Order: sequence, then C-alpha cells, then structure tokens
Amino acid sequence: MGARAAPKPIGRGRGVDIGDLLFEWMCRGAGILVLLLLGGIIVTLFIGALPAFREFGLGFLTSTDWNPVEGRENYGGAVAIFGTVASAILAIVFSVPVAFGIAFFLTELAPEWLRRPVGTAIELLAAVPSIIYGMWGLFVVVPFVQMHIQLALGDYLTAIPLLGFLFESRFFAGTSLFTAAIVLAIMILPFIAATMRDVFLQVPPVYKESAYGLGATRWEVVKGVVLPYTRISVVGGIMLGLGRALGETMAVTFVIGNANRMPQSLFDPSTTIASIVAMEFPESLMGSLKQSALFALGFLLFVISFLVLAASRYLLRSRLKA
Amino acid sequence: MSSTTFQPETRGVVRRSPALASRRKMVDLTVKWLCMAATLIGLFFLASIMLTLLWRGLVALDWTVLTEEFRPTRYGDDTAPKGGLVHAIIGSLIQTAIGTAIGTPIGLLVGTYLSEYARGSVLGNVLRFVSDVLLSAPSILIGLFIYQLVVLPMGGFSGIAGALALAIIVIPVVVRTTEDMLQLIPNTLREAVIGLGAPKWKMITLVCYKAAASGILTGILLAVARIAGETAPLLLTSFGNNVTSFDLTRAMASLPIAIYQQANSGFPDLIQIAWSGALLITLGVLAINIIARAVLRGRN
Amino acid sequence: MGSTTEQTAASAPGFGGMQARSAEALNAQARISVRNLDFYYGTNKALKGINLDLPDRQVTGMIGPSGCGKSTLLRVLNRMYSLYPGQRAEGEVLMDGRNMIDASVDLNELRAKVGMVFQKPTPFPMTIYDNIAFGIKLHEKLPKSEMDDRVEWALTRAAIWTEVKDRLQSSAMGLSGGQQQRLCIARSIAVRPEVMLFDEPTSALDPISTLKIEELIDELKRDFTICIVTHNMQQAARCADQVAFFYLGELVEVAPAAQLFTAPREKRTQEYITGRFG
Repeated sequence: MGARAAPKPIGRGRGVDIGDLLFEWMCRGAGILVLLLLGGIIVTLFIGALPAFREFGLGFLTSTDWNPVEGRENYGGAVAIFGTVASAILAIVFSVPVAFGIAFFLTELAPEWLRRPVGTAIELLAAVPSIIYGMWGLFVVVPFVQMHIQLALGDYLTAIPLLGFLFESRFFAGTSLFTAAIVLAIMILPFIAATMRDVFLQVPPVYKESAYGLGATRWEVVKGVVLPYTRISVVGGIMLGLGRALGETMAVTFVIGNANRMPQSLFDPSTTIASIVAMEFPESLMGSLKQSALFALGFLLFVISFLVLAASRYLLRSRLKA
Repeated sequence: MSSTTFQPETRGVVRRSPALASRRKMVDLTVKWLCMAATLIGLFFLASIMLTLLWRGLVALDWTVLTEEFRPTRYGDDTAPKGGLVHAIIGSLIQTAIGTAIGTPIGLLVGTYLSEYARGSVLGNVLRFVSDVLLSAPSILIGLFIYQLVVLPMGGFSGIAGALALAIIVIPVVVRTTEDMLQLIPNTLREAVIGLGAPKWKMITLVCYKAAASGILTGILLAVARIAGETAPLLLTSFGNNVTSFDLTRAMASLPIAIYQQANSGFPDLIQIAWSGALLITLGVLAINIIARAVLRGRN
Repeated sequence: MGSTTEQTAASAPGFGGMQARSAEALNAQARISVRNLDFYYGTNKALKGINLDLPDRQVTGMIGPSGCGKSTLLRVLNRMYSLYPGQRAEGEVLMDGRNMIDASVDLNELRAKVGMVFQKPTPFPMTIYDNIAFGIKLHEKLPKSEMDDRVEWALTRAAIWTEVKDRLQSSAMGLSGGQQQRLCIARSIAVRPEVMLFDEPTSALDPISTLKIEELIDELKRDFTICIVTHNMQQAARCADQVAFFYLGELVEVAPAAQLFTAPREKRTQEYITGRFG
C-alpha cells in the first residue's frame, strides 16, 4: 500500500479549484443581475416619471383631471389610484370568504379521493392567462352584471339603507368597478385558496385532535384552533392576492369601462393604473408629458404593490421556511 | 379551595344543554354546506371559462386560423378571404422561445446560488426576497421598464424587447422552483460526492442538477406557460404586428395581443377569430401546466 | 394543591399506590367494556379481538412495544380514528349500555364524556383562561362568574392553579412544557368527562414534570376512570391499578398491576417486562 505514491489531487494545485471559483461567481453574478433588475425597474420608472412629478408635484396624487389636449395638458392620477385600490380591495372582499370555504373544504371536509382533483382544478384557475379572464369577463360577466344584477336587483340594492348610494348609477353598460372586482376576485381566488389550504395543512394534527377530543365540531376546530394558529399566514395569503389584484392589467382593461372619471357608484365605469397604462401608453408620443404621467402612475403602482407584496412575504416567512 | 372536591351531581352530561348541542350542530352543518357551495362556485368559474372558450372558439377554429395572416374584417362582404392568426402564433413562439432561453439560465444560476452558496447570508436573503417580489410584481411595469431601457434607445417597438420583458418574468419562476428542488436533495448525497474528491461545481452540475432535473424542468414549463399568455408587457414592447415578421428589431405580433386587438375590434368575424385564438392559448397553457404537474409527480 | 400533596405523601414507591388495588377493587363495575374489537388501517388489521374492561375510577395502564396497538385502542375509545378516512373499528365499546363506536352515537357528546390528553402538550394559541374556557363553551352556556369558577376549579384539579392564577390572561404558549401538559389536563377536566385517556402524557417531559403528572393522575382517579398508554413500565407500575399488555395487535394479558409485574401468566408478558424484547 505504502509503496505506491498517492496520485496528486487533480486540479487542486493551488487549493481552490478554478472551476469552483468561476461557477460560484457566475451564480453570484446572476444574483446581482436580478438585484439590478429590481433596482433598474425602480430607477427607470422614476426617471420616466420625473417630468410629470416636476410639473404637477404632489397635486398629481389628488387631481382627477386627465386632459391630453395640447396646450392645456393636465394629468392627475387620483381616479386611477382610487380605481386600483378600490377594485383590489373589493376583489379581496369577494374572494376571501370563497377562498376560505374552498380551503376548509379541501382540508377538513372533502373525502380523500376528491381532494387532489378539486385542488388541481382550483390551481388551474391560476394558470388561465389574464387575457382570457378579460375576454370571458367581457362576453360573460359583463352581460350578467348588466342584466341579472344591475337591472334585476338594482332597485333592491339602492334601497339598502346607508349603502344604497353605492349602487345608484346612471351607467348601464355593465362595464364597471363592480364587474372588474368580480373578475379580479375570481383571478386571485386560487392564490388565496391555495395559500390557506397549505397553511391549514401545516397545523399539527395533534392540536386539531385535542380540540376534537373536547367534543368540538369541525367548524369549531377551524375557528378555535386552526385559524388562531395560522392567522398570520392567512393574512399573508390575502396580501399576496391583494398584490396580484393591484397590478392585474388585461382582465381589468376589458371590463372596467376605462373612464377617467371619479366613480360615484360601484356600477360606474372607472379605470386602474395598470389599465390606463395599457390603454394609453402605446398611443402616447415618446417623451411626451402624457407618457411621463403614465410612468408616474406606474411608479406609484410599483410602490403600492411592492409594499403589499413585501408585507405578504414577511407574514408568510414561517411558511416559506417550513 | 373547596372546589377541589368533586361534586357528583355536576358530573358528566347532567347539565349539558341539548339546545346548545343542536345549535352547534346546525352551525356546523351550515358552514359545511357553505364551504361546499364555495368550492362549487370556484369549480363553476373554471367550467364556465372552459365551456365558453370551447363553445365560442371551436366555431371559428379551422385551418385558415392556423395558416392565414391577419385580414381586415369581412363585414358586409362574405366573399372576402378569411384571416387567421399564423403571424401571431409565429411571433408568440419566437418571443416565448427567446424569453425562455434568456431567462432560464439566469434563473437556474440564481436558484443554485440561493440553495448552494447563500444559505443564511444577507445577500441570499435579500435576493430571495427580491425574486419573490418580482414573481408577483405587476407585469405591465416590466413592460414600462423595457420600454425605457430598450424601446426608447432603439427608437421603436421590437420583438427583442418583447422577448426581454418575457425573460424577466421567467427568471423568478425558475429561481423559486430551482431553489426548492435543490433543497430537497439530501445533504448526504452532496457529502458523498464531495467525499469522492469532486469539486463543488462538479457536484452541483453533474449530480445535483441531475437529481433535481424533473423539478427544474417543471419550473421551466411553468415559466413557459406563464409567459405564453402574457399580454400587458408585450403591449409596451413588441406592440403587435399584422403580418408575419422574423425581424427582432421591428414590432412583432403575438397571440395574446392579436386576441386583445381583435376582441375589442367590434367586428363579429374578428371577435370569432379572437375566440379561437383564446381557445388555442388556453389549451396550450393548461396542457403545459398539467404536463408540468405530471413530471413532478412522476418524480415522487 | 394541598390535597394533591397529601396524596403524594401517602403513595409509597413500588407497586400500587395507597388506594385499594386489590382484585375486588378491580372487579368494581366496568365503566367501559370493550368487546371483540377489531380495528383496521385500510386493509391492515391493527387490533384483533380485544376484550377489556376499564373499571370505574381506576387507572388502567396499557403497555407493549411500539406498534402493538395500545395507542390505537385509546383512539378507538373516543373515536378519534373517525377523523381519518380508511380507519375503521368493528366490535363493541360499551358505555352505559350503548355501543360508543356505533355511528348513531353523537361524536361530540361521546368526546365530552371521554376526554383525551396527548403525547405532546397542545396548548391552543390563546390565553390560559381561554384555553380552559374553549371546551366548556362548546357544551355549556355559563354566565361569566360561573365560568370563572369552573376555570379555577379545573386548573385547581390539574394542580396548576397556583402557578397560573396571576396570569390567566397571558398566552398559554409561554408556559413550560410540564405546565402546558397540566393545562391540557385541566382543559379536558373542565368539560367534566367521566373517562380520561392519556396517550403517553409524559413522553415529552422532564422527570420532575413527569412526577407531577403521575401524582396528578393518582389524584384524579378518585373521580375519573383513567386509561393511560405508556412506554415506560415503571410508570405503569407507579400509576396503574390494572395493566394490559399488548403485542402485535392482541391483548396478551390483563391483570392487577402488582400481579402482572411480579407473576405474569403469559410467557410473552414475562419476556417483555424483563426487557427481552420491545
């Protein structure tokens, strides 16, 4: 054994393999590129927005004007900002109860053989491209809202004390804030439902069993034990849905009516940041003030959705670790 | 502390309220039915979307859709030749392919870095956070970014700008799955390879990638499915085109944009073509998704 | 707390505590009678023809190697298995003349009568007070003052009142492991069950906490019929009045504790308690 000299380690002459060094730096370089991408998005949006911010200052946030006529150009973001936030929050209001029901059904109620196919079907809802939601929304949901909600139930809705004004509209096209919120709610449903299902499944069975052991029903176990256990992650999942809803473009563009007017009612047409950018940007002149105003809206959308997504990720961090 | 003595008369069911018990059961049953209703609502939407697509899309789906380029409406002139979507399909294929080709290696390297080099480091945590934010960031903003970065300097919309925007969307999807899949590889395998005297990069590229191959492939497939249906960023980058173009420096058509434009045209014949395009794209995207799931499941 | 300490002083080490563990005591009326019970995980038969009586207000210890079916039997007694598809039981678990594993018996009512404490402490993520009140509220509608009394009573019976009475409104997650386990016992007691099931209640605890739980079990048997699964034969010897030895899904032998540990009838029991397998 000792007679033969051990072969020299290959490529280890200087202790560090040159391939190792190269590969690690390639990986790190790609990582730095991704950081630069995010930084680049912020910076380019801000640069693009600068002329508008200079021209309108903070008034950009509160002005509802949108006047592209040369010489009297005046752009304000209030309508789009309001439309973005209102449609997203409304979508959450519609979506969360249904998502919770699905998650509860998939984790506690459904028989084993049903869980996977139903879960997959709900997840596939997330894979449908947003333009499809837009078309389906325009040709199916819009007429439905128009005929079966606005016309059929309008009188009852407006009669609701205190909230009735929300439904009083002189627009009957069916394209409205309300329709946009419904389509958005369906789009974010699979994200929220899947997150809730995953965190519900992470509650150790023994905790659920100890509640069952006290004689609790399934609903009481979920309400008393599962939800308190997972509430942070559940909020994180809702924020994830909110972040998606805020930035959704195509589906909303099809169904919201794209009117730069402050909506007075849920059935009024409106616009969102993403849809006004999609509608007006391709037609705007390079370097025009209008283009800059659209960049400014994009910058604001970035800030809002960044904050929401960052909060979501922070709340979901325990889930990510697991 | 007199309460330590047990009073037999307070034992067991004696004082339990039957009214309360039946009310609890009612509540439980109601919630159960509501949850089943919620699930049916979710499934109903999926069914409604698919049936609408099939019903409206199949009517207009014929060879001309797959072989002809865009033609203006035949409204009022039934003898005019029918148009199709071949220019858009070709444009989508080109941009999706280039976007995937650019985004995948970057995503793969970043995922590798997060899993193999940056465990617990500050840069790693920041990177993971940034990648997750990019994953859910509004895609139209990526369009604005590429507009500023590529379209403006080049002086116009171009296919390459569209492909780059799609590449940025690919990266975080691939990062996430690559990191997750590499994480699943047991450390003992890594140690065994290193123990044979292999350098780390060979361990990663020859063993870890192989062990995680199906998972990584799943990630790439999901990324392709995601960008194949992207519309908003392309609107600001490749813009769309009514004829077939292979020139990456000019505006290029894509299926989602063609659908968007024709669906909003107001002409019934163009809307029909849009529906058949929508059917094609949805079937394609869902098929890729189902294949990706099958690949992942086959692995386990 | 006082009464518990007295009890402890009285209970000498060795087999059997201070209370009668003679055969007559065990012949006391059975609170639960298991008859010809089979249990299946899917197609796998995990319990075979079990016949066992749990004497009223006595402690029955269940021992045996891992996978022998002792925990499974425990989970049959309050039908915990019914949460999981594919698990089913056949036979009878008689309580007050009714077969408790029959689907017609109300699950929630059964579980109110048969409480359970688990291997790991399972405090709910809420205050100490709310942990106790959680179970009570399921079954009874009590005014605040009565609820306070009941919470105090339960915590006292579980020998943890003095330790937590000043922080009832703080989170139960802040308690030590042993305290959490006694809290879980209190939570079960609060519902006022008649039978208490303990599934290796001390396997996650340190020796001192273990001792406290054992004392507590000894004290609780004045009022509750108790069934305890344990891996630890000393624990069975210290706590149980009768001991049942399980092996490969069968009940090999059941006897008063002193007899089973000193003069087992079965060879397999003999081998197990002398450490030749398991």
